[in-house]
This record gives sequence, structure tokens and C-alpha cells, in this order.
Amino acid sequence: MSTLETIPPPSLWVRLWDSNMGYSFRRNPVAVVSLIIFVAVALMAIFAPLVAPFDPYDPAQIDIMNSEYPPIWIEGADPSFLFGTDDQGRDLWSTILYGTRLSLLIGLCAVALQAFLGITIGLIAGYVGGRLDSLLMRLADIQLSFSTLMVAIIFLAVTQAMFGSETFNQYAIYFLIVVIGVAEWPQYARTVRATVLAEKKKEYVDGARVLGFGPLRIMVRHILPNSMSPIFVISTVQVANAIISEASLSFLGLGMPPSQPSLGSLISSGFDYIFSGSWWITAIPGVVLVVLVLVINLLGDWMRDVLNPKSFKG
Amino acid sequence: MTLLSVRDLTVKFATRDSSVTALNRISFDLAKGERLGIVGESGAGKSITGFSLMNLLSRPGFIDNGTILFQGDDIVKMSESQMRSIRGNQMAMIFQDPMVTLNPVLTIGQQMVETLRAHRKLSQKEAEQIAIVKLREVYIPSPEDRLGQYPHELSGGMRQRIVIAIALLLDPQLIIADEPTTALDVTIQADIMELLLELCQSNKVGLILITHDLGVVSQMTERTLVMYAGKIIEAGRTREIINDPQHPYTQGLINALPQQTQPGNPLKQIPGNMPSLAAIPNGCAFNPRCEYALDHCRTTAPEIVQYAHVEVACHEVSRLHSDKSEERSA
Repeated sequence: MSTLETIPPPSLWVRLWDSNMGYSFRRNPVAVVSLIIFVAVALMAIFAPLVAPFDPYDPAQIDIMNSEYPPIWIEGADPSFLFGTDDQGRDLWSTILYGTRLSLLIGLCAVALQAFLGITIGLIAGYVGGRLDSLLMRLADIQLSFSTLMVAIIFLAVTQAMFGSETFNQYAIYFLIVVIGVAEWPQYARTVRATVLAEKKKEYVDGARVLGFGPLRIMVRHILPNSMSPIFVISTVQVANAIISEASLSFLGLGMPPSQPSLGSLISSGFDYIFSGSWWITAIPGVVLVVLVLVINLLGDWMRDVLNPKSFKG
Repeated sequence: MTLLSVRDLTVKFATRDSSVTALNRISFDLAKGERLGIVGESGAGKSITGFSLMNLLSRPGFIDNGTILFQGDDIVKMSESQMRSIRGNQMAMIFQDPMVTLNPVLTIGQQMVETLRAHRKLSQKEAEQIAIVKLREVYIPSPEDRLGQYPHELSGGMRQRIVIAIALLLDPQLIIADEPTTALDVTIQADIMELLLELCQSNKVGLILITHDLGVVSQMTERTLVMYAGKIIEAGRTREIINDPQHPYTQGLINALPQQTQPGNPLKQIPGNMPSLAAIPNGCAFNPRCEYALDHCRTTAPEIVQYAHVEVACHEVSRLHSDKSEERSA
């Protein structure tokens, strides 16, 4: 008798590395560099309290006398401030780290909200079909015909007026998440609906119905996992969009308050000083924002190419 | 004991301004553990019959009239939740292409366990045990390892065995197999059919085999229905129908088998095509393609009558029969 040697199943990491996606990732230098930059930025942002030399939220550490020091590679800089200081004397490097953290947090949470709303509505519209589908998709059309920024500006301006600046600033982060989340759900709903319409006709759905599964189980456990690739692709693009929306709103003064600045509010607060020579307060957070959005979009592009069903044959 | 009793089942498809009749007053019975074949060309309504038995017609199709008594209860009148407890549990269905009937993103084990737990109160462990037993019944080698595999890791024949195992998971009373081997390799077809036959016989499961392959029907089933344009035109014991078909359409089908033709001669076809359901000819639906058709065939639809050993819907069946006897004696 020969005993069959059982090969232990490879770990998730190895499986991922050896998968089609892993292979195409290794072969694509743009994707590799983008991911490295994104992970580095994200890690630094997440661990901002450990990385940053100062706490920009602590008024005791801010000295107005330190305001508008240039970055250290320019003459007249204070060596303790890597990227110089802003108009209030805050260390720009620390503020950018904390600001990136806020921007990422708002972007991810807003997209999570969008995804939840959009996937639920898209699944129901696509699976149930008929009148409900028409109704939900017309709602999506109406929502899409308003620009995100317009809806957000109206909503934020009204809430700001209603609650007063003080309360608004306190809860600004939640308002931003909700408004960006709600304004963009149709993007998800449309994509998911289109995928569900295609998946619903496949025989495994008939197979599931024949086994006596209810519609909820078929939608969530059978159709949804088969519709994941477009959801992944749209998610990356939406995170980038949400970060930009947040930055725009903060730049317009409807987002994060200057005491708790995100990247957008930093750019905005430096904007007043750009012609007085303190270009770095606007320029450096601007570069960080552009790089962050760019790498996310590049990753999204790569993912779209890999997950495109047309690139799979057989 | 009757397991299934279908009476005057009429299925229609709603179109923009009216509706077309896909099944026209179908009636048949199935005893417990009996195996029934349904044959006919594409579009005859075979698959529609299968789906109506599950009450799973999707829009625009709907059951217009008739009763489907399954173990004494009328499926047509059942609520969706009652129906759901029957599907998979007491009545299972096997589809044509095992490449697409299994969910590609779930492992075999997940799909089997999910099916079991949807209908029975079982722990994950117990469900896996049952799944392994069932996989062994369909001769899957090392079933424990298969549970963790995805459908794409298995061959077509293996997948169809797994589909059959899933159909048998909850020990149903009836299996509806809709062309279960059409998508498979010829060499595997016989294996799968043999397996299905063996399982049905040993578990006393009723089988409705939907196919266009008369050879398969003759091996697998005890009784046969021949369908044409949404109607049953001939019904009876499989042996009688294969050896002595009465309806000109059934005769045509059997003559069309390649084995019926001497090598070198052209294959015998039935001239023409199945009529579209929207334009079924008056009288007997088969009359434009029938060489025996007379005037009354074009005006009145034939009723099903008992003739010889079978039930047949043809006006001219007696003339046809005597013609054939003459042919044989000549």
C-alpha cells in the first residue's frame, strides 16, 4: 500500500501571489509603484500620531511666532519643521499627515456608504426587475442629473446655517461622509444592476432556484459574489473621487474646519498666502493630494484591465 | 401509487398584444419510482413542461390552466414559500450543462452544505458528512478532497456527477433531468445515464427524462411521451412506442435516427420545421409535414385515442397502421 502524500493547501498569500491577478501585478511596474506609494502614504497616515513630530490638534504645541517658516531646503528655515509651518505656526509635515488621515478616512467611509446603498439598490433593481427596477433607476437618473458638488454644497451650507458653525465643525466629518456617500450611490447601483441583469440569466441562478433557495439568498450569496469584479474596479475610482470631493468641499469652506484640517482645508488655508511668498502651505498638501488620487486611479486602471471579462478566454 | 398527476396543463407566454400557447392541455401521470421520457424536437415544450412542474416559469411565461398534483397537493395553487420547501427537497432538477449550473465562486462543499442546511436543521459537520456520502454514491473518487474544490477544477463528467449528487442530497421523490447529457462527451454520456438509472432504481426515485434522443429514452424509461408543438401526440410504454410507433411524427423521429439508414443512403428527415408557437396550423399541428394528411386533418384537431398499445392523437392512425402492415407483408 502506498500512502498518498497530501500537499497542504497553499496559504492565502501564496494563492494570491500565484493567481492571475498576482502575475499581472508583478508584470506591471506602474501598478507595483502605485501600490507601494499608496501603502506608504496610507501607513504613514494611519500611524500619523506616531510618525508626526507635533500634534497639530494640540493648541499648546502651536506657537504663532513659528508661523510661515519655509521648508528646510530653503534659506531661513527652522530645522525642526521639515516642510515648514503654516500661517498659524503648525508644523506642515505633521498637519499633512493628520490631514491625509482625515481625507482617506472620509474617502473610504463615504465609499463604504455609497457601496452599501448602491449595491443594495442595484441588486434589488436588477433581480426583481419590472416596475421597481424602473422606479429605482429613474431615481438614480435624477440623482445623477444633479452634480455631486452641487448637492453637497447645498446640503452642507444648509446644515451649517441650521446648526451653526460651532456644531457643524464638530460633526463636519460625519456630514461629509454622509453627503458624499449619498450623492454618489447611483454609480454603484447602475454598475451592479447591469452585472446582475447579466448574471441572473446564467444557469447557476436557475440551479439555485430549483434547489428551493429564496430570492434574498440567491441575491446575496449567489449573484453578488459573481458580480464582484466591476464593484472592485468602481470602488477604487470612487475612493479617488470621494477624496477629491472632500478636498473640494473643504477648499470651499464647507468641509473640515481649519482647526482640524484635511488636505482640502490645508490647501484652502494656504491659498491666502500664496502670493505673499508662502507657496508651500498650498503646494505641498496639493502635491500629496494629487499623488494620492493619481496612484489610486492608476491602481483602478490596472484592476479594470485585469478584471475585464473580455481579457479572459475560457 | 401516483406521485405526480398533471391534468390539462396549459402554459402561455404573454407577448405584446396577446399570448402564445406553449403547452396545450397536457395530461399525464407518474407513479412512484417510475421513469418517464419526454421526447420531441426543440421548441416542442419539453423544457417548459419541466419548469412548470417546478412552478419556476419565468416571465413572460405563466400557467394558464390545469392542475399539477404532486403527492396529492396542487403545485399550481401553492404559495411561493410552500413551493420553495418542495424544490430541491422533494423535487430536484438536473440541467443540460454542468459547466454553468454550478456556481463558479462557491466550492462544491459550500454548495452542497448550503443546499442541505437550507432545508434541514443540520450542523456544518453533519451536512459535510451527508455530502461526502452522496458524492461517494455518484462514484466521485476521494470525495473529502472534492468538497474544497471549485467547479472549474473538475471535468465535465465529474461536474455532472456532482450536479446529480446535489439533486439527490435531500432524497427527493422526483428528479427532472432536462437533457442531462447533451453537453457532455459521448464517452461520458453513457456513464452518466447508467449512473442516473442505477440511482433512480436503487432509491425508488421517480424520473422525468427530457431529451431528444430516442436511444437514451429506450434505455432509461418505462413510459414515453412524444410532444409536438406544445401537445402530447403519443404516449405509452417506451417499448411499444419505439418498436411500433403509431403517430406519423413518432415514426418520422425514429426513421430519422442515423442507425435506421443504410450506409451511403441519405438520412431520412421529416420535411419542414416545427411551426412557430405563434402560428400553429389549424387542425392537427403536424399536418403540413405529414404525408398522410387529409382534408379533415387540416380543419379539426385530433383527440387522444387509445390505439393498439398506446394513446395517440391522429385521425388517420388506423389507415396508417394498415398501410404499414401491408408494407411489411409485401
